[in-house]
Amino acid sequence: MFRPVFCLIFVFLFHSVVEAQTQQGTGSRPGLQGLNPEISLDGLFAAAYFSEPDNLNFGGHDPNQTGFTLQNLELTLGATVDPYARADAHIIYLIDEEGESVLEVEEAYLTTLALPHRLQLVGGQFFTRFGRINPTHPHAWDFTDQPVIANRLLGPDGLRNPGAQISWLSPLPFYLELIGSVQNAGGETAVSFLSNPEAFEETFPDLSFEERDVRRFEDLLYMTRLKTAWTPSDTVELVQGFSGLFGPNASGKDTYTKIFGLDFYGKWRPLDAHGGFPFVALQAEAMWRKYETSENSEDNLHDRGLYLQGLWGFASRWVVGLRGEYANGGDETDPLGDRRYRISPNLTFYPSEFSKWRLQYNVDRAEHLDDKSLHAVFLQFEFLIGSHGAHQF
Amino acid sequence: MMTKAVTAVLIGSLLFVNPTWAAPLRVVTTTEDLAAIVREVGGPLVEVESQTRGTQDPHFLEARPSLILKASRADLFIEIGLGLEVGWVPAVLVAARNPAIQPGASGYLDVSRDIKPLEIPSAPVDRSQGDVHPLGNPHYWLDPENGKVISREIARSLMSLLPDRSQVIEQNQKEFARRLDEAMARWKDRMKPYEAAKVVTYHNSWTYFARRFGLDVVGYVEPKPGVAPSPAHLNQLIALMKQEKAKLIIMEPYFGRSTPDLLSRETGAKVLVLPPSVGGVEGIKTYFDLFDYLADQLTTALSIGS
Repeated sequence: MFRPVFCLIFVFLFHSVVEAQTQQGTGSRPGLQGLNPEISLDGLFAAAYFSEPDNLNFGGHDPNQTGFTLQNLELTLGATVDPYARADAHIIYLIDEEGESVLEVEEAYLTTLALPHRLQLVGGQFFTRFGRINPTHPHAWDFTDQPVIANRLLGPDGLRNPGAQISWLSPLPFYLELIGSVQNAGGETAVSFLSNPEAFEETFPDLSFEERDVRRFEDLLYMTRLKTAWTPSDTVELVQGFSGLFGPNASGKDTYTKIFGLDFYGKWRPLDAHGGFPFVALQAEAMWRKYETSENSEDNLHDRGLYLQGLWGFASRWVVGLRGEYANGGDETDPLGDRRYRISPNLTFYPSEFSKWRLQYNVDRAEHLDDKSLHAVFLQFEFLIGSHGAHQF
Repeated sequence: MMTKAVTAVLIGSLLFVNPTWAAPLRVVTTTEDLAAIVREVGGPLVEVESQTRGTQDPHFLEARPSLILKASRADLFIEIGLGLEVGWVPAVLVAARNPAIQPGASGYLDVSRDIKPLEIPSAPVDRSQGDVHPLGNPHYWLDPENGKVISREIARSLMSLLPDRSQVIEQNQKEFARRLDEAMARWKDRMKPYEAAKVVTYHNSWTYFARRFGLDVVGYVEPKPGVAPSPAHLNQLIALMKQEKAKLIIMEPYFGRSTPDLLSRETGAKVLVLPPSVGGVEGIKTYFDLFDYLADQLTTALSIGS
């Protein structure tokens, strides 16, 4: 039922883009064009080969079968609403393993621009700002697939829900930002929390789903994050973060989940870089989850894991990367809870800022498969048309 | 205990943010050229910092926390505009959560407002043409006449933020414009003997400079703005340079030298690395220094070539 609506939105928006560009082209009415939202469409596709038909890529936007995957077709709209706020929306279309087309309202939120004391409010549907990878859209990932630990703890589509967020940039002489958010704890995009029956069944096949009403403040999902940055020189920037999540889960009447994360990002780029190259970037993220399953604390689920990745933009438009991962949930038979190691080298070529080609190899060892090595090869490509998105750091 | 600590931090932060009444106006610019002109017009009334160094390519930056931090403290934020900083400034401004410098506020200034841009595409553009700027070529600060326009825009913003210092600011701006006129005569005199000298530039970033000082740009190393040269394009360019007897290949310090060097070997033209911005070479501290340096380098290179 969404399909015709979506098509209409497309036709309408692209008509606007063409119109906007025509206006820009003639230079006749630049003022009018400024009233159109910034629009872009990003297509992310992959061809994949898996050494086993039952592959271990459980991410909602991962290449999911030998053959081709539409990982993500993302329509982005954004504009200032008025002098006080801007709004951004990311609508995603994808085709799942069964060939079904799926529409997702990935994000749609308002950001205030005019609050005093360096405060900022965000309201709407948004990715929880937990760590680094969770709020990053799939087309901006440095690897073809979602990190294992993020998949397990934050869900195959990432943790996102309707809610509100407040953040504060401190007036200290260095960068220190505090973020707090409250969001709904239910739905398929909150698998570690109230989730929904289908997502719960997939994630915790050994547990039974408990329907819980949302009555109290404790029944919502809370996140806090502290982010600091340090700039030792004009060419190096280091960012560190600590995040915590707290919310009810669906395995009992009074059970809660806590997730903690530590993250680090560091980037070096010389001052005479051309087009952003060369550079070296390191990123690491570690997460822990305590998932209460009943009154008996011995049955609680404990998960932990991390990924470490390095990228080297060794020549103009070329990036080589390596990612190593570890995750362990202490359940040797559960594909989402066993001990798992994965190594992924990749090579990315950017013909321009608006497209990329990426070749990636994964070697994967999972305890539930008796630590047999699984192999996967991906060839991914991306295109972006429309407005020039800003580069996030 | 916790609340006390939070209160202390909050009070501390208020003290930290508020005592602006005596302090100079904090200006943040996207480039060193703008910072240099702000210094001329604002003098001791302002404290100015650029978000890029003169050796950096202002097209390609990210919304780094350090840039966000600077913008969060600014009373006035100034950018070149025409799409030059579109990849990072919007993200920096949102993240800085500083209402004073949001587009539309009196503390935000896009100095291109009064510039007459060159190379506004006359037909619809798309990205098959490379990194085209639909609003026109953004490298306009390389014409000192535009430096005057920029200084007027900056003065107007400073006067609106510091109304009781309007007279000083206006005087400073007039003095800057007068000195610029004086220097312009000098630069033009120096460049006069080389009028219509044929050159090739790496990117289409010297258009304004070339037009003002009478250089003839016959081609670009990039086949399209921002697009890496292909062998076919280089062959054509070599033929063109030979035919036109191009004397110089002008490039910014952040482009790779290998292609210009190859062109130089093939055609005999000399490679000249020129900083497009204040701070691009040590010793270039003011807007005047920049054009003195450019005139020096160009006249030297062209006199050897002829």
